[in-house]
Amino acid sequence: MAMSALVKLIDVNKHYADATALQAINLSVELGKTTVLIGPSGCGKSTLLRLIIGLIQPDSGSVEFNGEPVTFETIGKLRRRIGYVIQEGGLFPHLTARANVLLMARHIGKSEDDMQNRLAELCELTRFSGGLLSRYPVELSGGQRQRVGLMRALMLSPELLLLDEPLGALDPLVRAALQKDLKEIFTRLQQTVLFVTHDLAEAAYFGDEIVLMNEGRVVQQGSVVDLRENPVDSFVSEFINAQRGVTLT
Amino acid sequence: MIGLRLTLAGRDRSEPDWYPACRQRPNAFAFAFLILIGSVCLVSANPVTIGSKKFTESYVLGEIARRALNDAGVAAEHRQGMGGTIILWQALQGGQIDAYPEYTGTITQEILKNGQQLSFQEIRDALAKLGVGMTEPLGFNNTYALVMRRSQAQRLGIRSIGDLRNHPEIKIGLTHEFLDREDGWRPLRERYGLPQQSVIGIDHALGYAALANGSIDVKDAYSTDAKIEQNDLVVLEDNLQFFPKYEAVFLFRSATSPDAINALHRLEGTLDETRMTHLNMEAERTKNYTSAANLYFQDDGKSASFAGESFPHKLARWTLRHLELAGFSLLLSVIIGIPLGIVASRGGLIGQAILGFASVVQTVPALALLALLVPIPFFGISVRTAIAALFLYGLLPIVRNTASGLQDIPRSLRESAIALGLSPFTRLWEIYLPMASRSILSGIKTSAVINVGTATLAALIGAGGLGEPILSGLNLNDHVTILEGAIPAALLALLVQWFFDLLDRVLIPKGLRI
Repeated sequence: MAMSALVKLIDVNKHYADATALQAINLSVELGKTTVLIGPSGCGKSTLLRLIIGLIQPDSGSVEFNGEPVTFETIGKLRRRIGYVIQEGGLFPHLTARANVLLMARHIGKSEDDMQNRLAELCELTRFSGGLLSRYPVELSGGQRQRVGLMRALMLSPELLLLDEPLGALDPLVRAALQKDLKEIFTRLQQTVLFVTHDLAEAAYFGDEIVLMNEGRVVQQGSVVDLRENPVDSFVSEFINAQRGVTLT
Repeated sequence: MIGLRLTLAGRDRSEPDWYPACRQRPNAFAFAFLILIGSVCLVSANPVTIGSKKFTESYVLGEIARRALNDAGVAAEHRQGMGGTIILWQALQGGQIDAYPEYTGTITQEILKNGQQLSFQEIRDALAKLGVGMTEPLGFNNTYALVMRRSQAQRLGIRSIGDLRNHPEIKIGLTHEFLDREDGWRPLRERYGLPQQSVIGIDHALGYAALANGSIDVKDAYSTDAKIEQNDLVVLEDNLQFFPKYEAVFLFRSATSPDAINALHRLEGTLDETRMTHLNMEAERTKNYTSAANLYFQDDGKSASFAGESFPHKLARWTLRHLELAGFSLLLSVIIGIPLGIVASRGGLIGQAILGFASVVQTVPALALLALLVPIPFFGISVRTAIAALFLYGLLPIVRNTASGLQDIPRSLRESAIALGLSPFTRLWEIYLPMASRSILSGIKTSAVINVGTATLAALIGAGGLGEPILSGLNLNDHVTILEGAIPAALLALLVQWFFDLLDRVLIPKGLRI
């Protein structure tokens, strides 16, 4: 198991002036699998993602990518091997969908042919109509924006895809369609994914491995069945029960 | 002072975020810089520069000198109404002007600061040590005088300055220069033992209006002042011979070309008091100093070649200079202000210091800012000073809007740019600045409109522009002349506003406008 870990967090701690954000986190993200971080608001799941992409630094402990420690010096290059998608897509409003997707590829000087080929591939993959590429973010629907955000993250064929509540702002129908498409994409690309959500149904749908967090700690890790059948404490059963009616049919 | 968020989003970012540096493909901002640079070019030639003080007689003498030099084949320009004695003297010493009309009494008292009366030769020797030459007297003695309405003087039986002793209720209004002069109000009051305590300081031209409507009863004047006749005023006799002689002469820098100096010498002894008063009256009647100056040459039997500059030509000259002042200073404000705004947007002590400095500058009145810059050697009486003052004024809106525009970018987008792996410079140049472009441009627009308005004050230090007619109109108490400058200045401000509204469409990315 440990041999196939793409990302490893080893005894990571992070404090803010007013609160503890992460405490003694040990976590592996397995190659080719979708790991879902779930937990109530403020449990530290987004903080964990931001730590991996280097937006913040741990106070103690270390983060490893492919066996190499993530440091201030290496993070610049590492970011090109990681895709990051946030709620609403995080698109830059002054750039068209196309310019948003190609931004980084242009920055590192990819050839125009390579970029156009990759763009066509991504449109097909994410079921995004090529005719909409010249639109600006404000001219796209929420679901379309999210697909563009995904294309931008996948542009450089990253080894790891980080998704921070990517479907959180979408209405249920769009959300269901996008969930289905995402799952297909992950399978097709055999993509290693770290997915943050607070919705247990979504976690169960995507997660090969589910990591339940609370107050900056990992409470329990396993399949959704594990969590339901063998809760380690009352918090786990409460969390599962609170969403049961909706999630488990 | 300013309600700015000084904490920056993404404070955990352990990597320095943006740095202005290195190359990138040109974009809309670079384009805007080029437009601005292209639209501004400073004209520089090197003619002999004649200065004049801010009153009619000095204007006329300045015009006479310019014409005399031109007739002698020396290229000359006249910078009208630059200010008072000290400003002109400093400009002469600093080489910003080459010559200007002055009075012997003023030279002794104000420039050489000598308590006693000096002979003509003593004055000349003292000036020579300072690198300044002096012509022989032009032929008239324009001494200071106190004047009052003829009707009131007759009613109260006042004929001399001494008679004022018996009328403590008399209201006195004096020019600021006379109030402060070594041979001005304070020693005069002492010598005559005058009882009037409350004396107000008032502009020379406005003082005549105040005298006419009874706001004041007595003011200072020059004995050849055309307004004395026009307003039916009487000169109070200086029965204790307090005022020294004020023979009109030209002062010039010794380094001025001999041809120019010779041309000035030819003016010696050619203007008596009657003739000077006549020229002053003509200047005030026609509102045209050039044509009044030309009368001097006409009477001399020489040909009057032209009757002054035509109005459209003058208007074009004023407007061009005005745009030059406002445009060049705006360009500087943009070049310096945007980087300062970028630094300020990051908050901290430096950010607060930058915003604080820009705000403090804004609170200094424009006139005071000019006055503060004039004594600094590099600046002095020059276009440079005007541009520097306007530049400082234009700074705050640009710095503040750049900073707040950048701070208003949501943290999620900021972090998306970092997570993508873009370099700090690319993030700034291609993401943050374009996203803040609306705010930055509206700051530049504010600065531009402020600069066009404030540039009228540049005329106070002889830098020209549309303030020139406003100032001489004020001096002549002539509303039409004031409007000749004020209306174009207001129209110009409107045009600038429209121009920038148009620029918004070109420079603000389309995605931010729909």
